[in-house]
Amino acid sequence: MKFTLSWLKTHLDTDAPLDTITDTLTRIGLELEGVDNRGAALTTFRIAHVIEAVQHPNADRLRACKVDTGDGIVSVVCGAPNARTGMKAVFAAPGSFIPGTGITLKVGEIRGVQSAGMLLSAREMGLGDDHAGIIELPQDAPVGVGYATWAGLDDPVIDISVTPNRGDCFSVRGVARDLAAAGIGRLKPFQPARIAPAFDGGPRWQVDWPEMCPWIIGRTIRCVKNSPSPRWLQDRLISIGLRPINALVDVTNFFTIDLGRPLHVFDVAKLQGDTLTLRRGAGESMRALNGKDYTLTAEDCAICDSAGVQSIAGVIGGEATGCDESTTEVFVECAYFDPVRIALTGRRHQIVSDARQRFERGLDPALMPDAVEAATAMILELCGGEPGTVTQAGAEPAWQRDATMRFRRVAELGGLDVTADDAVMSLERLGFAIQARDAESVTVKVPSWRNDVAAKVHLDQSPTMAPDIAQRAAEGCAQIEPECDLIEEVLRLRGLDSVPPVSLPSATPVPVATLTARQVRMALARRTLAAQGLAECVTFSFMAHEEAAPFGATPDALRLTNPIAADLDQLRPTPVATLAMAAKRNAARGFPDVALFEVGPEFAQDAPEGQRLVAAGIRSGSTPRSWLAGSRGLDAMDAKGDLWAVLTAIGVPLEALTLTQDAPSFYHPGRSATLRQGPKTVLGSFGEIHPRVLAALDLPSPMVAFSLNLDAVADPKRRRKAAPDLAPFQPVRRDFAFLVDTIVSADAVTRAARGAERTLIAGVSLFDVYEGDKLPEGKKSLAIEVVFQPRERTLTDAELDAAGQKVIAAVAKATGAVLR
Amino acid sequence: MTSDLTDDLLALKTETDAALAAATDLRAWDSIRIAVLGRNGTLTGLLRDLGKTPAEQRRERGAALNRLKDALNEAIEGRKSALEAAALDERLASERIDPTLPARPRETGLIHPISRTIEEIAAIFGAMGCTIIEGPDVESDWHNFTALNIPEHHPARADHDTFYLPAQDGKPPPVLRTQTSPVQIRTMLTQPPPIRVIVTGRTYRADHDATHSPMFHQCEGLIIDRNLHLGHLKGCLIDFLRTFFGISDLPVRFRSSYFPFTEPSMEVDIGWNRRTGDLGGGGDWLEILGSGMVHPRVLANCGIDPREWQGFAWGMGVERITMLKHGMTDLRPFYESDLRWLRHYGFNPLMPTMLHEGV
Repeated sequence: MKFTLSWLKTHLDTDAPLDTITDTLTRIGLELEGVDNRGAALTTFRIAHVIEAVQHPNADRLRACKVDTGDGIVSVVCGAPNARTGMKAVFAAPGSFIPGTGITLKVGEIRGVQSAGMLLSAREMGLGDDHAGIIELPQDAPVGVGYATWAGLDDPVIDISVTPNRGDCFSVRGVARDLAAAGIGRLKPFQPARIAPAFDGGPRWQVDWPEMCPWIIGRTIRCVKNSPSPRWLQDRLISIGLRPINALVDVTNFFTIDLGRPLHVFDVAKLQGDTLTLRRGAGESMRALNGKDYTLTAEDCAICDSAGVQSIAGVIGGEATGCDESTTEVFVECAYFDPVRIALTGRRHQIVSDARQRFERGLDPALMPDAVEAATAMILELCGGEPGTVTQAGAEPAWQRDATMRFRRVAELGGLDVTADDAVMSLERLGFAIQARDAESVTVKVPSWRNDVAAKVHLDQSPTMAPDIAQRAAEGCAQIEPECDLIEEVLRLRGLDSVPPVSLPSATPVPVATLTARQVRMALARRTLAAQGLAECVTFSFMAHEEAAPFGATPDALRLTNPIAADLDQLRPTPVATLAMAAKRNAARGFPDVALFEVGPEFAQDAPEGQRLVAAGIRSGSTPRSWLAGSRGLDAMDAKGDLWAVLTAIGVPLEALTLTQDAPSFYHPGRSATLRQGPKTVLGSFGEIHPRVLAALDLPSPMVAFSLNLDAVADPKRRRKAAPDLAPFQPVRRDFAFLVDTIVSADAVTRAARGAERTLIAGVSLFDVYEGDKLPEGKKSLAIEVVFQPRERTLTDAELDAAGQKVIAAVAKATGAVLR
Repeated sequence: MTSDLTDDLLALKTETDAALAAATDLRAWDSIRIAVLGRNGTLTGLLRDLGKTPAEQRRERGAALNRLKDALNEAIEGRKSALEAAALDERLASERIDPTLPARPRETGLIHPISRTIEEIAAIFGAMGCTIIEGPDVESDWHNFTALNIPEHHPARADHDTFYLPAQDGKPPPVLRTQTSPVQIRTMLTQPPPIRVIVTGRTYRADHDATHSPMFHQCEGLIIDRNLHLGHLKGCLIDFLRTFFGISDLPVRFRSSYFPFTEPSMEVDIGWNRRTGDLGGGGDWLEILGSGMVHPRVLANCGIDPREWQGFAWGMGVERITMLKHGMTDLRPFYESDLRWLRHYGFNPLMPTMLHEGV
């Protein structure tokens, strides 16, 4: 919302400096967006008369001028082609700072002619890009007078941001009222006189949709002469960025800003019939004042004459019946519309207008008769004519409400000690009238323009709660909310900076644990993966549908209906997908070898329970080159290593895990696995990315990935550990090499060995795999180390041999292996 | 010790000492050892001949031989140690590495700045007794808007640039949450007051430029109790901001504002220098978060009686405070996973945020 300081002062009697006013606006919740004080840099520039401009004796492109500055006649050398004898121009004396060039002027001599000042172009004054010549002023411009003052540029334009609850401050008068209440000056009275009608006639209202329009007023003024507005009005509108049209239209725009009261003017001559009907739209089209065509729905309110729709109520007027310079009879509309319906109409047709902005926030219903009188007076002043009777339909909606505030609650809720008298005075200054007051509380009448205070409470309570709880909470809200509204006003006018801060008191001497077990898991996974050498990424939760599809299910239910871009329309089936695309971007930048991970969501269905928290990582390219060991391409075991590091860190019991070769289809079918815990729980997967996926998305190769569903991991049980088994005897290690069928898994061999002699065997690890032409077709050799841990005494060779035989037998039985 | 040896024994000692001194490697040394102490060695021979010594001299001769044996052993072993040390020194002299060669490659990873900031938020508000909670990214219209006192027609809805998913079963379409505030609602519906929680997570709005991303992170706080007022809100946020930015006298300003879910509402600014971007002094103000006392309607929508309970809530952009703390100028690289950017701004995973180590 923009207005000028002088405009503000038509409502506010104050000598406060601009800074005080703008600081106060921000403090009381009317946040300053900016001040455009164009005149501030121009104070030294004066209007001057060029008495003589002749060709410079020594320069073709320069002119030597004699300039009357109002303070004496000086010599000025000027390069502008339009400098000529007799013109009025803007003069900068030596010592002035020129904003457009950043130079401070000095008296100089240019090719032998003294130059004691400068004639300015618009660009040099910082007022635009025009540098074709110096500014030429009208002949009646007064010599010696400050240019900024004369041109009206010394009137700062103040821009504030008005919050959605403060429709009343979408007006200069509303802002003035708030400032006065905050102690900046005094609000000037606004009591327009009733203007007696000179005739009875003109259009009449008919409201067929009273819920939309409870009250509407109109007045015809005839014999007007519509021409451009006077300069003061044009200047006001231009200063805040509005384009002057003609006097009648400018009057409506003026009151929209001045009083926050949108008006509309119909050219009576262009209306058909003598009734304007407000009704639901019926699919008809109308060309609006912005030149665009709109088709009205049954939820839009149409204002119609007998020929059809002439205006979209509260949003925008029609082109056909608008006022132009030929208008001689005008009908002024002043209405109260349902804010919600206006908002919906505006949104439906994507029309942003000053009228909509105000109607949808709610207007002051009591202001309407005064607004019509003020508008009538201004039209009569600018356009002449004679006023008709005021005609109306409906009646002033009931807006009267009371609100009660207990004085102690200002401190209890607001944390600020304010005396009862001070609190009441603040409310009165804002226009709240005292109804009743005692030592504990005050009851006030809410002014007609404050529809945000003690508004009708509308709750949308959760349907899941017990009725008695819902009922009690609703009653509490009805009682507390109006009081909160009033406390907010009392605090706001003092500024929230005046509330002393108080540190939060401790709830417990030592804070409780901040994180849940799941969050600790997340943090551990993150730190572990980073410590494993992967760089953490945060990639978008959504991606291109086509790029997501190779990585899993992409149901329409998880496809945005209004994506910001076509490549961000599908919620990702796995972070592996977005990480793969990140690797691709890095490869395109010249970094094909990356190790990336993310701890974030993946989406299976469009409900809260369809979201899983996943730790996923990818590696692409090769291991780093080193003089100590050769570089090699990454393989599935690199991904498994990452996955196992996380599993170990977050305390998943590794013995209970199984791997099955049915990983999601974005993996290489043979070089991947699904990680399971028990028969049902899938914890994750790892493997090489499928070559077809790599090719389809042009991903760097090779690429391996893993994914772990942190939500599927059970919270650790808080259990005391058993005493450790620290046998006093040295363990004995024996190696066994088995010849097995190639389809036999290493896991089957090690598990069988482990189970051969539970109490004696402390560990089994596989250290060699050999497949090659030295072995029979379809066979491979697996070599394991078995650790025997004696507990009672050192083992004899015979006992060791016997245990070894058990290992061989167990492995043979489980896998058909033969000792090599 | 050898002074009381007979001449022949003394001669053997002298002779052996000389031979040992002349030995320059272990092989020479070993032949001396064998020549003296071996089965056919000179000392071994003398000891063997002790039996032939007349009985009256035998005791004295035996004692002398024992002394000689000790002396020879000591001399021989001593020479061995010396030769071994010399041999080692000689070998090491030839065993040089180039210490400037690179070690075995060991890639170090790092923690994303967003995670780091969330950890810091958790640590600081955790010290104030808050716990961290999370909620789903795909939300119902009711949780994201309606329950927060943002009814369907509310102008604030238009400001949110909401992403929608297809509607199902005639219900309003699910949204990608535009704020973390719906988690407040979920908390109040499931956890009786008093409440002290922090919500962090992903949020989504259809906006994309240098300062807006269609996905970003918010940090939200909700504190409900019987006697907490707006002064506590200010204290809590001032304490956080000064700790987070590590500026003990950071200027913090509170301005009246409006949010549908709080009343009174306020925006919070911190002092900075617009020209240099330095936080603290400088006389300019930078908006950093929104806050307020929880609106009675929001409490009532969740079944909490506003006559009994009150409290405050706030929300701030995780990326924004991260950028300010670390002097980053562009939002977009946060999500681009450019390894160069990650290496530049990422954090050591073995230095997790701990208040006693400083945030």
